[in-house]
Order: sequence, then C-alpha cells, then structure tokens
Amino acid sequence: MSGKPQAEGTQPERTYWLDDPRNVDRVVWTVYGVCALLLVIDVVIHKHGPFAIEHLFGFYGIFGFVACVGLVLAAKGLRVILARPEDYYGR
Amino acid sequence: MAGELSPGLILIVGALLVPFLRGRLRGAYMLALPVLAAWQLLSLPYGSFGGIEFLDMPLVTLRVDRLSFVFGLIFLMAAFLGIVYSLHLDDNVQHVAGLVYAGSAVGAVFAGDLVTLFIYWEGTAIASVFLIWARREERAYRAGLRYLVIQVGSGVLLLAGVIIQFRQTGSIAFDHLGTQTLAGVLIFLAFGIKCAFPLLHNWLQDAYPEATVTGTVMLSAFTTKLAVYALARGYAGTEILVPIGAAMAAFPIFYAVIENDLRRVLAYSLNNQLGFMVVGIGIGTELAINGTVAHAFCHILYKALLFMSMGAVLFRTGTVKGSELGGLYKSMPWTTGFCIVGAASISGFPLFSGFISKAMIITAAMDGGYFWTWIVLLFASAGVFHHSGIKIPYFAFFSHDSGKRCAEAPGNMLVAMAVTAGLCILIGVYPRPLYDILPYSVDFLPYTLEHVVTQLQLLMFSALAFTVLMRTGIYPPEMRRTNLDFDWVYRRLLRSAALAVGGLARDAWKEFTKVIKHAARGAAHVVAHHHGPDGIMARTWPTGVMAFWTTVMLAAYLILTYL
Repeated sequence: MSGKPQAEGTQPERTYWLDDPRNVDRVVWTVYGVCALLLVIDVVIHKHGPFAIEHLFGFYGIFGFVACVGLVLAAKGLRVILARPEDYYGR
Repeated sequence: MAGELSPGLILIVGALLVPFLRGRLRGAYMLALPVLAAWQLLSLPYGSFGGIEFLDMPLVTLRVDRLSFVFGLIFLMAAFLGIVYSLHLDDNVQHVAGLVYAGSAVGAVFAGDLVTLFIYWEGTAIASVFLIWARREERAYRAGLRYLVIQVGSGVLLLAGVIIQFRQTGSIAFDHLGTQTLAGVLIFLAFGIKCAFPLLHNWLQDAYPEATVTGTVMLSAFTTKLAVYALARGYAGTEILVPIGAAMAAFPIFYAVIENDLRRVLAYSLNNQLGFMVVGIGIGTELAINGTVAHAFCHILYKALLFMSMGAVLFRTGTVKGSELGGLYKSMPWTTGFCIVGAASISGFPLFSGFISKAMIITAAMDGGYFWTWIVLLFASAGVFHHSGIKIPYFAFFSHDSGKRCAEAPGNMLVAMAVTAGLCILIGVYPRPLYDILPYSVDFLPYTLEHVVTQLQLLMFSALAFTVLMRTGIYPPEMRRTNLDFDWVYRRLLRSAALAVGGLARDAWKEFTKVIKHAARGAAHVVAHHHGPDGIMARTWPTGVMAFWTTVMLAAYLILTYL
C-alpha cells in the first residue's frame, strides 16, 4: 500500500512512518520486489488446472495486472457516461 | 414444546422485552439472546420439528440439517457481533428492529416449508427497513421506502409461487424446486431479487449506504445470504445461475472503482461476492456447494468487519466519502488495522478467510470446465482486491491527509471489530472446523503451493497495477458524484413516464370535461328553449284552440271511417 507524502501539517504533531516520502517509496519497491519474486517462483511450481492458458509463464500475474488496468480505464470511461451531480436524484 | 422452538423465535420474542430495559442490563440481555438461540440450535438434533396445521397445510417450522445448520450458526454469530457493535447506542428502534430482523432471517433458514419461509421472508423485509429509517433523514426515508417496496415485492412473488405450487402439487415442502414450472420460476425471481441478481440488484446499493452506522452492519449479513441459502436449497445445479453469478461478480466492480461513498463501494463489492456464491450454486457439485456455503460464512464476517470499520469512520468523522477522507490511520489506528484484515480477507489473501472459501468455488468452476466463468471469476477476484482490498483502506485511512483528526472508535465497536477480525484470521489459518460443518464432506486442500503462489500473483500484480496507476496519475480521483445505475430506470425514467402519463391523463380529463360541459350546456339550452318560461312547451293554450283541434280530429276520423 502506498501513501502520498503529507507536507503541509498545520499544527505540530507526531510524524508517522508513512509521512516520510522515502518510506512510501520503500513500500512501492517492496511491491515491485514481491511481484518479481512471484514470477521467479512461477517457474518452479507445477499447475494442475485443465485450461492450457493457465500453464503459460506468469499467467496469473499478467492477468491480474492487465485486468486491473483495464478495469480502471474502463471505469474511468464509464464515469464520463454515468457521472451526475451528487444531488442528481434530490432535485 | 421448548425443544421444538425455532432459534429465530428466541430473538424475535426476546426483542419485545428490550424497550423495557436500560443501560448495561439491556446490553447484557441483548447479547444473551443470540447466545441462548445458539445454545438451542446446538442442542437440536438433525430433523424436522415444530409441525403445525395451518389452513389444512402441514407446516414444518423447524428443520435442522447440515445446510440450514451452517447458515443458522453464522447468522447467530453475525447477530451477536452486530449487537456488540451497537452497544453504545441508545435507540430502541434499532435494537428491536435488529433483533427481529436477525431472528426472522434465522427463522427463515430453519423453515421446512414455503409458507413458513414466506412469513419469515417478509419479517426480514419489514424489520430491516427500520434500520434504514432510523437514520432519521429524508434521504434515508426515501431510500427505505424504495427498499421496502422491492423487498415486499419479492415476498409477493414468493407467495404467488407458493400458491401455484400448492394448487398444482398439493405440497408446500421447501426442497429442490427447479425452474421447470411457473411456480418454480416465480420463486426463483423472488429469491433473485433478494439475492441482487443483475438488474434486480439496485435496492442493495441504494439502501445499504443510507442505513445507520450499526444498521448497515446488520443489513450486510442477513438478507442477501438468506437468499443464497434459499437458492442453494431450491435451485442447486440450475445452469442459468452460472452466467447470472458471473455477471454479478463482474459488473459491480466497475461501479465500485468510481463510487465515492465508501459504504456504497462495499455494497457493490457485496454484490460481487454474491456472484461467486451464485456461480457455485449454479455449478451445483458437492465442491461448489461447499464452496458457496463456506464463502457465505466467511463473507458475512469480513463484510461485516468492513462495514464496521467504515461505520466507525462515519460515526467519528460524519462522512464516508472518499473525496473527504484520508490520513485517518493517524487518528484511528486500530480501526485501520481491522479494516485491513477485512480487506485482506475479502481479497482472498492466503491466511485470511476469503482464501479458503473462494478457492473452492474457482476450483469447482475449473473442474466443471467452465472456462469463461473461470476467467470472469479471476477478473472479479483481481477487481475485488482492487476496490475493496486497496481502495477502501487507502482512501479512508491513507491517501492524501484530509487533516481530519478524530477519536478512535468507541470501545464496543473496537471489541466487535477485533473479534470479527480474529475470526477472519482464525478461519484463514485453520479452516478445518468450518470445513467440518459444511453440507458435504470436504477433501479440499487450500494451502497447496500452486494455490498460494497463483493467488498471490493475481493479488500482488493487481496491487502493482494500482501503484503504477496511482503514481502516473491515471487513477481516477474520488469525486463527489452520483453514478447512474439501473435504479435510474425507476427513479428517473419510470418516474418521468409516470408523471408524463399523469399529466397526459390530467389534460385528457380537462378536455373530456370541457366537451361534456359544452354538450351539457347545449342540451340545457335546448331544454330551456322548449321548456323555459318562453318555450313552446311552456305556453298557455286557450281552451278554444283545444276545442278547434278536437273538432278537426273528429272530422278526420269520420271521413276516414266512411272512405
């Protein structure tokens, strides 16, 4: 999970670990690292499923990435069609 | 007789005493009710009890078997946790409604016949609407009305189906029904409405986010899972449920991504999780039904946990809009932690509850050779992680700091969340006790290297996608918007149509009355002309004229006689 830096603090308060942008970068690099590791392990494991596509290298990872990017882009497009002012039904 | 008492009735009858109690005593009493009901349930052997005769129909008010037992148990657990979560409240309307609602759901699960089912079915509808109205706002009132109309509509369809079923077969037993008969189709639709099938779904996203902080937690547990139970009982193996479930699993995700109200996001993901269960019922194999029941069990817990965490945010900050939140982990660290446990569970991370149940349904789809369904379920799994697993905790607790500083959630809420989170982890780490109470014996192993690695790949690369989209600024920001969904059809289109028809009817009526008035005025004029003071019929005639005409007629008569 990545958090964006919060630069403007209005009152002096405790700084948190995630307040430091470098730590946010560390979280992001951890995600990259885990993904890379999972791709490496993919070579070792034996998949038993009946569908051929599943046996391709890194299928689940690639599918997850493509599905989510596609999902967000499609949803962004849908917003153009579906979004209305917040009080749409109240008027 | 006490031995045959439905556990549901303990909650319903017990609720009647609640208004007479106050403070800690009331809390303790309410907590005791689901415990007592669970004790009653555990003391019952499998079998049918509570037979009574009603209008020449034999009712079986209490049937305990493997399927109803699991649902009854999880419903009572959800009721208990929901009560803990609402202990800070001093609102008897919500307390009573919550208990009657939970009791009705439990009663419906143990109904052995369709008439008993119908009675409890309507009980859940009527009791639950008070959890929405208890928000005591105009929006909630209207949403509650729409909710009630649709829920009661489901009950009416169910009743119609039951009547036809009884007339045709003479039986009201609630066993496998199938969609081959008209009665079967009507009951299927009734269940489908409550299960939020595509196009019948909008009451859920419309009403749940409008309910009270504690009410939504209760609502998320019972209505839809009662429908899942009913479908599993009556329609296991009904092939049409596979595409219906797949559509349910996929479509709500798109809305969840762009929705701003985080409790509404959860309502969309609730719908998406129901999709998995409906697919499982449609596949209908032992593994699939086990997967569905296990998933319903886990889902009730993690969904309640997520609604609890968002409820706590709403309770403390007065909003759950993503656009207004962020950085709350500083103020509500415990709530943040519990929310993340719920998020990990719904996403199906290994060692969390969703993993051990969703894997069964997906494996059942693979075993059955449902390629496209499998693809859709994978997509739905990635998507649910994306919006429930990441979006919910991210926008509420992390993201840009909204500057909101509030107190941590009240103690009773934290206890409820802690226990629920503990159960999510416990089931994920040690699923055997849950597997042991499923309808069929389980020889499924969730923790194989293959399952764990493939699921982690799917999830971590989804997280990667989120990170990349966030960092590149492609991810759509949270906006204060209403997104049109199918409810637009009845909230706008049909409403406009009804108003237009009404307007048309009013105009037509005006025209009609105008014509009638005109005709009546004409007729009145003619009458006045003949019968009025100067009318020909109103003249006074001299007797001489009459004598003259009489003579003329007599003369004519004489002449005609002699001709």
